[in-house]
Parts: sequence; structure tokens; C-alpha cells
Amino acid sequence: MAAYLLRRLWQMIPTLVGVVLLVFFLFKKFGNDPAIILGGMNASAEQIEAIRDQLGLNKPVWEQLLIFLKQIVTFDWGVSWATREPVANLFATRLPATLTVTLPILVLEVLLAIPFAMAVATVRGSLTDRAVMICTTVAVSISLLVYVILAQYLFAFRLGWFPVQGWTGSHWTNLTTYAPLPILVAVAVSLAPQIRLYRSFFLDELGHDYVRTARAKGLTERTVLLKHVLRNALIPILTNVSVLVPGVLVGSFLIEVFFSIPGLGRELYLAVNRGDYPVIQAFSIYLAALTMTVNLLVDVLYKVVDPRVVFK
Amino acid sequence: MSAMSTTSGGAPAARASGGGVWAAAWRRLKADRVGVVSMVIVGVFLMLMLLAGANLVAAGWQQEIGVPNAPPTLLGPQPAEDTGTIATPHGPNVDLSDIDPLAPRYAEWAERAKAFKTDEAPRAETLPLGGDRLGRDVLAKVIKGAEVTIFVGLAAAVVATLIGTVLGAVSGFFGGWVGDLLEWVYNVFTAIPSILLIFAFAAIFPRGIGAVVAILALSGWTGIYRLVRAEFIKHRVREYVRSAEAIGASQWSRMFRHILPNVSHVVLVQLSLHVVGFIKSEVILSYLGLGVSVDQVSWGTMLGEAQNELILGYWWQLAAVTTCMAVFVTAFALFTDALRDALDPKLRGLE
Repeated sequence: MAAYLLRRLWQMIPTLVGVVLLVFFLFKKFGNDPAIILGGMNASAEQIEAIRDQLGLNKPVWEQLLIFLKQIVTFDWGVSWATREPVANLFATRLPATLTVTLPILVLEVLLAIPFAMAVATVRGSLTDRAVMICTTVAVSISLLVYVILAQYLFAFRLGWFPVQGWTGSHWTNLTTYAPLPILVAVAVSLAPQIRLYRSFFLDELGHDYVRTARAKGLTERTVLLKHVLRNALIPILTNVSVLVPGVLVGSFLIEVFFSIPGLGRELYLAVNRGDYPVIQAFSIYLAALTMTVNLLVDVLYKVVDPRVVFK
Repeated sequence: MSAMSTTSGGAPAARASGGGVWAAAWRRLKADRVGVVSMVIVGVFLMLMLLAGANLVAAGWQQEIGVPNAPPTLLGPQPAEDTGTIATPHGPNVDLSDIDPLAPRYAEWAERAKAFKTDEAPRAETLPLGGDRLGRDVLAKVIKGAEVTIFVGLAAAVVATLIGTVLGAVSGFFGGWVGDLLEWVYNVFTAIPSILLIFAFAAIFPRGIGAVVAILALSGWTGIYRLVRAEFIKHRVREYVRSAEAIGASQWSRMFRHILPNVSHVVLVQLSLHVVGFIKSEVILSYLGLGVSVDQVSWGTMLGEAQNELILGYWWQLAAVTTCMAVFVTAFALFTDALRDALDPKLRGLE
């Protein structure tokens, strides 16, 4: 176990180095000159040159890369070019809002998809099954945007059940007042593909011999489904959940932008619009590292849940 | 193609109807009713895209031919609203000619004004699918938007497939340090969550159709790479490849003339799957203002406008875009399913 963990951590290093190099050279080669962005429209040539000196842009590339690495390791990215807010501070203040939205989404979509998928799978081939399948096919082909626009219009603007958008300093108010509509929309959107997927898991299990055996020995359909099929189907479902878990960090980016929730996603979107390079670079690298860590944790947890998984 | 005919035409006598794998796949596709219908719908959209691209339809989407927010023809014209303007006063006007310093010149100006003609084109009260805020025809816009959005989806999918296939082929065929290097690149690209990658690319690329294609392709090639690589690893040790090597076929010839045709069904299905995903991404990017430039129209920019119009009660632009997109994307997804079933009958019935 410890050896496995160590090896996985060791394997993360080249990938992380690659992420750093990718981000560094991407912005170096294709990005605009930071000095020109920072200098603004009225900067004179001398001023721009001074900024270049200050940022170390006149140094050789490898020296700049070293500065970049130092920034990453020390968490010292300086301040955002646009808002002068320390970049390190951005993470601490924006992550809670993101998690307030993403965690309920993850829990709800899995907990709702399982019973729905099971119900659809048991009536396989029936009119209900086909109707649900057609509905989900059409539902996934409509843009996420349309759901957001319609939900905001109908539930918030017309019916007034929720505020259209907003956020406060209190977690409880956020969770009970401002988060429900974004969560509702996100869950509704992800439910359709999730149901399709879980239905196929249940169908897979229903075709197995042990189901026939269970039925043959006279168990009620209810017991067969809940005690036998569900337990076995939970394994592929868990695998799927483990794929979804890293989404708690970035999964609500679009929802945040649409509902103006001050989370990581909206911050990144604003940074992209402002050409705020330090924020984008820091977010890319740290979120990639975090995602990899979450993936590793999930793999380990997965082993705890399903003893048949062997660490290699 | 030579490899294909050798692998598929192995028993030409046994298959009386003849043809290669592709002909057989085509027959299976034709037998699939859902597949045919969705293929026709996709075909119609592609025709529209080409016609709009050649400026044969929807060329005048920027012309303001209707009254602002003209409703769809079926609904009839908007009832006249009380706009709150001050009623024109009636009754005799006070004659100010004595003290108005401009009075002597009014006649002269009226004369000169006659030399100029202002073309007050009559604006339509209603349009087939309604009009937008400026009175532009939603029907024309939705067609032009389809051209841009579908083109971006197709082009990005083609580019992503190209990157993924070439890299996957090289990585799978050669293995060794080349394979390791490409695996490393793959790991790096997949380590960054795709939405983050898209935003990072959007930060450094300019706005425009080409840039969106680049953004989507550069962030979306990894899945195809993975599959193609696995296929190449599987195929490179197969007998037909060995035989090709024995008769002196070069490495490139074995990769792209022998193996590639045999894995092309995987590539084709992936290409098709990615089109749908990229179209959805383009719509969101353009809505966020990170996609096509401001003088272009795509389904995404239309949804952006539609959001504000909806609050004022003008729902037709939203309805038009949503319907078009839902129809096209559903048809394309069903077509992809049919294509997969036709190309790989083993998968039929599985999900």
C-alpha cells in the first residue's frame, strides 16, 4: 500500500513537470507581451522596457523558467495584474464557493441517477424505457446554456422561487438561498447521460447467471434487485463516480460563470477576459496538481471499497 | 486501400453481393431506419452549411429587414404599444417667423433637401421566425449561425482526429522512447482538466473561427490518441502486418497503408463523436465571448442575445436556436450510433 502510494506520487512528477513546461512555453510563445498588457495603452517605450526589466523578461529563457518554478514552489505569484489581489489569496477565498456548488451536485446526481436508472433498466424494452431513452437523447443534445437561460427565466425571474443570482459571505445563506438553482440546473443536465450510463450497468448485471439463480430460488424481484443486482452494479457505478470526483474542483466552472458565483471558475473566466496571466497560470498548474492528487485518493479509496482491486 | 481489399475480400466468392467492408457497412447503415433518417437530417444541415458558406442563402443576415423584435409570422404583428411619448400638440401653431432668425432660409433648405432621397425601406411587421433586437431575420441568422457552428465542430473534430491519429499511430507502432515521450505528452494534456485547458488556450489565442477550432482541437485530441494507440499496438504484431514487413513494406507504409485502413472505423466513429462535443463547446465559448469574433454569428452568440430578449418576452430567437441545435445534435448523435453499429457489427446492441 505504502509502496503503491510512493510509486504513484513518484509517477506524478514527470507529468507535473510537463504541465509546468506546457503552461510556461504556451504563454511565452503564444501569449501577448506581459509588459504591453501591464503597461496599458499609454505606456511609453521606456516604461514598457522598465516593466520588462522588472518582470525579468529580458533574462534568458531558462532563467525565467527558474523564476517561474520558484513562484510555483513558494506559492508566491505576486498579485493579480487586474485586481492587485494576491494570487495565493484567490485560491483560499474562491474555493469555498466552488465546493458549495460542486459537492451537492456530485452527491445529488449520483443518488438520483441510481434509482432512476434501476427503474428504467427493470422495464427494459417497454414503452417507458424507450420514451426515457429518447428523452435523454434529446435532453443531452440541448446546450447547457439553454437550461441555464430557461431555468433562470422561469424559476427565478417568472416564478420567483429562487434569486436570479447572488452570493453572500455566509455559507449557510449561500447553500440555502443562492446555490439551489445552479445546483438544480447542473444536476438536471448531468442526470440524463448519467441515467443512460447506469442503466447500461444495471442491464449488464441483469443478464448474469446469478440473477437467474436468485429468481429461480424464489426470491422476490425486490430482493433480487436491491440485494443482488444493486450491489454488483455499484462497482462500475463507483468507477464512474471516481471519474466524476475531480470535477468538484472544476466541474462547476460554467455554472459559476452563468450564475455569477464567485468561485474558482468565474475567477478564471474573468482572468481570461482581462488577460490576467499570473492567475491563469497559477490556476492551471495548481488545479492540475490538485486533480491528480484527488485522482490518487480516489484510486486508494476505491481499493477500500472493492477488495478485488489489486494494486499494481 | 490494398490492405483493405486483402483483408475484407478474403473470400470474394462467399459474399455474392460483393464489395468491401465499406460496402457492407453501407448496406448495414441503409438497413437501419433511424440511421437513415438521421443521416438525411445531418445531410440537410450540411447542405445548408455549404449554401450559407457560398453566400447563396442567409447572405443578408445582417440586414435589418424587420421592425425590432418582430414576432414570428404565425403570431401576427405586435400590438401597438403605448410608448409613453408626448402626444403631438394640435391647434394652431404660433407664428414665430418674425423673431425666428432661421425663418428666411427654411424654404431654401426644403428645396435642397429634395435633392436627396432617403430610402425608407418598409420594415416587415413580422418575419418567418421573428426578428432580433435590431430587426434582423432570425431564420437567416440561425442558418448563418449553423454554418459557423457546424463548421467549427467539423473542422475541430477533423483536426483533433488528425492529431490524435498521427500521434497515436506513431506511439503505438514504434513504442519505445517515442511511445514514452508521447505518453508523457498525453499525460500532461489529460492532467489539466479540459475546461481549464480550454480557458488557458482561449487566454492566449485571438478571437475568431480559426482560433476556436485550434482551442477545441488542441484540448480534445487525447481520447482519440488513446484509442488509436491501443489499436496500433494490437495490430502491429498481427500476421498481415508481419507479412507486409516480410515483403519489404516500409514502416510508414505499414502504418498508414496497412494498419490505418483496418482501424479507420475506430477513427471515423471517434471523429463523429467529437463533432457533437465540439459543437456544444463552441456554443458555450461563443456565448462567453471567447469564441467567434463579434461580427460573426454562431448559435452561441445567438443564445447570448436570446437571454436578454427572453426577459422582455421575445422568446423566438431562443426557440429557433434551441430547436435547430437539438435537431442537429440529436440527429448527429443517432447517426454516429448507426455508423458505429454499421462499421462494427460486434458492438450492435451494446451500450
